[in-house]
Amino acid sequence: MAKGVKPRVKVPKSASAGETITIKTLISHPMESGQRKDKEGNPIPRSIINRFVVDFNGQNVIDVTLEPAISTNPYFQFDSVVPEAGEFKFTWYDDDGSVYEETKSIDVS
Amino acid sequence: MELTRRQMLVTSGAALASVAGLPAFAATADDMIAELTGGAALGEGAITLDTPEIAENGNTVPVAVSAPGAKSITLYADGNPVPSVATFNFGPLNPSQNASTRIRLARTQNVMAVAEMADGSWQMAKAEVKVTIGGCGG
Repeated sequence: MAKGVKPRVKVPKSASAGETITIKTLISHPMESGQRKDKEGNPIPRSIINRFVVDFNGQNVIDVTLEPAISTNPYFQFDSVVPEAGEFKFTWYDDDGSVYEETKSIDVS
Repeated sequence: MELTRRQMLVTSGAALASVAGLPAFAATADDMIAELTGGAALGEGAITLDTPEIAENGNTVPVAVSAPGAKSITLYADGNPVPSVATFNFGPLNPSQNASTRIRLARTQNVMAVAEMADGSWQMAKAEVKVTIGGCGG
């Protein structure tokens, strides 16, 4: 597991039913591309987050496949509809098998 | 031999120049697009690809892509060692089919977005980004 991985997610606390909201996510991760070499000239093995999924109450919002060309600390911004009150579930899948999860609930006013 | 910063710059610059001379990379990106679409015709106009004209740092280049009515969008950078960048698959709760992220670009090159629309047709958009410092590591 990569060290110091910390997901950060920005979701509004409340929305009206059916409203479109913008979600921003950031996760601290080195995203080692596999192209770099260390001081001795040995290639540093690839170690990235390869998949990022967002669900709301079990329904999919976005499913991203990441390649090494995504920058360090992968950032994503996207929109979602909020049909009812519930919970957003964010999941990041690491190359080494680790899974990082974060949830945010939202109220409908 | 102790590598100085100056020598490093010279050698990496030369390496980049030799890479730039090879058309193979562009072909690879085109091959990957052909593989993705199955050789289908690529329409234009439905995708908005928002990239900076000049990126000072190739390690984090902000890219925003929007394709209303798309099922998925795949991004390619034809000058990177690995041309594919990311694939966005939009779920039923996604109203606008847009996304933005930050990508790495090794050198000045084209960023391409290929989208599969809901009716099964394909769309494409292309934008050139000039990179001052490449994001290839070293």
